[in-house]
Amino acid sequence: MTRKQRLVVIGNGMGGARLVEEIVSRPGGEHYEITVLGAEPYGNYNRILLSGVLAGTYCPEQIFLHPLAWYEQHDVRLCAGQAATRLDWQSHRVQIADGSWEPYDRLVIATGSSPCLPLLLNLVREDGQLIEGAFTFRTLDDCQAILAHSSHARRAAIIGGGLLGLEAASGLVKRGLEVHLIHRAPHLLNLQLDAAGSAVLARLVSEQGVQLHLSKETVAVLGEDRLYGLRFSDGSELACDLCIIATGTRPNTDLARAAGLAVRRGIVIDDDLACSVPDVFALGECAEHRGQTYGLVAPVWEQARILAERLTDSASQKQYTGSAISTRLKVSGLDLTVMGDKEPASSTDEVVTYAEPTRGIYKKLIVREGRLQGAILLGDLPGSMPAARLVQLFLRGDPLPTNRAELLFPCHAGSKQALSVAELPDDAQICNCNGVSKGAILAAVRAGKRSLQALCEATRAATGCGSCKSQVQELLVLACEGEVAEDPAVHYYVPAIPLTKPELVRVIKERKLRSVSAVFQALADGREDPTSKAGLASLLKTIWGKDYQDERDARFINDRVHANIQKDGTFSVVPRIYGGVTTPEQLRRIADVAEKYRVPLVKITGGQRIDLVGVRKEQLPAIWKDLGMPSGHAYTKAFRTCKTCLGSDFCRYGLGDSTALGIKIERRYQGIEMPHKVKLATAGCPRNCSEATTKDLGAVAIEGGRWEIYVGGAAGSRVRKGDLLCTVATHEEVLLYMGRFMQYYRENAKYQERSYDFVERVGIEHLRRVLVEDAEGICERLDREIQAAVDAYVDPWQREAEQPVTPTQFSQALEAVPVPLGASE
Amino acid sequence: MMKAPLPPGAVCYNLGHISRIPRGEGRTYRLRDRLVAVFRSRSEELFATQADCPHRGGPLADGIIGDGTVICPLHAFKFNLRTGTPLGNSCPSLRTYPVRLDADGNILITVDD
Repeated sequence: MTRKQRLVVIGNGMGGARLVEEIVSRPGGEHYEITVLGAEPYGNYNRILLSGVLAGTYCPEQIFLHPLAWYEQHDVRLCAGQAATRLDWQSHRVQIADGSWEPYDRLVIATGSSPCLPLLLNLVREDGQLIEGAFTFRTLDDCQAILAHSSHARRAAIIGGGLLGLEAASGLVKRGLEVHLIHRAPHLLNLQLDAAGSAVLARLVSEQGVQLHLSKETVAVLGEDRLYGLRFSDGSELACDLCIIATGTRPNTDLARAAGLAVRRGIVIDDDLACSVPDVFALGECAEHRGQTYGLVAPVWEQARILAERLTDSASQKQYTGSAISTRLKVSGLDLTVMGDKEPASSTDEVVTYAEPTRGIYKKLIVREGRLQGAILLGDLPGSMPAARLVQLFLRGDPLPTNRAELLFPCHAGSKQALSVAELPDDAQICNCNGVSKGAILAAVRAGKRSLQALCEATRAATGCGSCKSQVQELLVLACEGEVAEDPAVHYYVPAIPLTKPELVRVIKERKLRSVSAVFQALADGREDPTSKAGLASLLKTIWGKDYQDERDARFINDRVHANIQKDGTFSVVPRIYGGVTTPEQLRRIADVAEKYRVPLVKITGGQRIDLVGVRKEQLPAIWKDLGMPSGHAYTKAFRTCKTCLGSDFCRYGLGDSTALGIKIERRYQGIEMPHKVKLATAGCPRNCSEATTKDLGAVAIEGGRWEIYVGGAAGSRVRKGDLLCTVATHEEVLLYMGRFMQYYRENAKYQERSYDFVERVGIEHLRRVLVEDAEGICERLDREIQAAVDAYVDPWQREAEQPVTPTQFSQALEAVPVPLGASE
Repeated sequence: MMKAPLPPGAVCYNLGHISRIPRGEGRTYRLRDRLVAVFRSRSEELFATQADCPHRGGPLADGIIGDGTVICPLHAFKFNLRTGTPLGNSCPSLRTYPVRLDADGNILITVDD
């Protein structure tokens, strides 16, 4: 048997990792022993989605393409966090950061690119790092550093109005920061757009809340230890406490240049992706092919496919001849696709434009010899040809219809469908990142991939930038003829048991399953899925009340120790202060406790409570005893707080006694378990100082001595005004309807479904019919069940302060003793 | 009963009686030079790993366990308790330690010095 060829890949980004994936999945891949040197200490992640992480649409863990385990499974040796420092191509070896040498038979350089820093005074500190508060935006670490900093920043400046700068600006606006975008050129995206298109884009971006500063050249960063502003060439300044540099990238060519490879802007490669020395190849953003470097993922992945084919099949004659570029901006609310040229090259080129700036629409086509040479497509004209179809005409160089208007407008009434994705030919490319055609997607559906997730996994469509997901979904619906197998797991109450909530409740009641372990025994072959435990515990408590058999291991740590875990493993303690109304005596006790236990932070919360933060686990019982107050339940999925305004006793506008009502509500429903946390407020007049209309449940006093009850409000990561459930006359009725809603929510919401998602899902009309008009005849039962929950409530603090559930319930760390040698048994 | 001697540099610690860890939970233990997390599954298997999550240092012993895995209480990163392998995330693997019960029900853990 011949020895395996040693393939070393430098770089584990979008290019290098994709190459490895292509090689191991091809016949011939088994002849290689693959080593990947990655400078970042992670597996491979989807860099395109970093803007989504910044905007909060993805968590960092969601953007990983290959976890470290993937490399193990495929026998790929990944040296994560190990950059290559030197290439010695004469003796076929690469030196790694730790000094060791790695021999190779074939080498691929995929080192990508780095942010290009502008020459700004004071941007770079003496130690070579950026001044605190300034960031580049290239890696996951960059992204996480920006996020960590943004949580206490107020005003952000983005330098650079290209694709990355726009995405960063949009992301930070979503995070609630005031965002300024500074761009040296007179118009945004000047590489991709002409002046008119850019003006329309500028208008849209401003409407999203980004403040634009065009034709503005930044010259200096202000601040000594940390940044507090920017200075511009016209002498003006802008105060900011966060700055992202997005002024372009530069191919990483140092390694290749030092080794004597041909390098111009990028590492020069030929059509076979080979560099200027034997057995060394390059691809991706670090490579330059026919004078062109690429910064988008589609060309990089195309290079990876071709190189993988050449490496695994020695007979392959596959050539890379360059990529026609089309790109789509991934900023929500903006639909922008650009391809090819943005201006005519000669007087014989046709230019077709249509603009409606106030509606944010700008379309421009450059036509040369009857074929599409370039296009800018901004905004959506309903019924017009989908951008994907134009991209396809562009990429393939197909002849255009002589009536150019057909390219931009719906032509006849009734022809709307003829222009939808359904009418695209089978070879039309849907996913431009991965080069997946409509035909490939339809074939996968026919082969049984009948849910969106399965389809995307099988074809890779929509796994790059994700912007074609809606088209993939459309094709799925089309090809299934209405029989889309929605991924059934999304309806399961918990992942481990294939039952919806109503089905699960029925089985639990029928078989009298009273503990989490009993449910696993009966319904999951005894396999105790940890991700399902807390959801089951919540459901069982709701079903069985005081007959529930509690198992502490099924609870999240917060519910084991009745406090909220913090990032350093300490906890926060929030005593209950009914309705936010306290007394000097209570405050004195809280102050004494804070001093006695040296509590690091005392904080007034958004729900009008006092939070003692940074408490060690073993301090909890003593603190509870000293406080002598009940738990505020600020750590669990339950009734949390009822915030109140001043009400009618003192406030000169008050119409109803919101404080007394809030206290009654809180005394009655405190600590009752819910599918998710539930926060309430009562307002004494429609000025709504306590923000009751954006709470899970709120009551607002109106003229005439009446109370409006709102359900499903939110003012967190999303903001939603609650829906009016009903208007009632007395405090007692407010308590009644609120309790009824809570019980209905307890019984029907999915685990971790907030009230606002629940209300939207079932609809306010439905809730009014069931809870106010009693259309299903269940109100009396709901009232009874919530009363039982009220009756079963016991304050966990005073009970467990006296009597811990287990001897080590509140131990932060237990001591161990070394065993003398030879005495270990 | 004679035991094979410990490998050079290894130290064995007695973590006290198993009953200090409730079934299905974990506890952090302080050894001379490090913290370890020890878990006792409902089916009475024992596992020992490093105490802090490689992601952001979360206390793994406070995590929910089941099916041979632990979920970190801070950001829900998941790991295989037996091998330390990350599950669905790209953290480095957890350090794991051999752990067993002696005849009296005391937990014994072996770590490299």
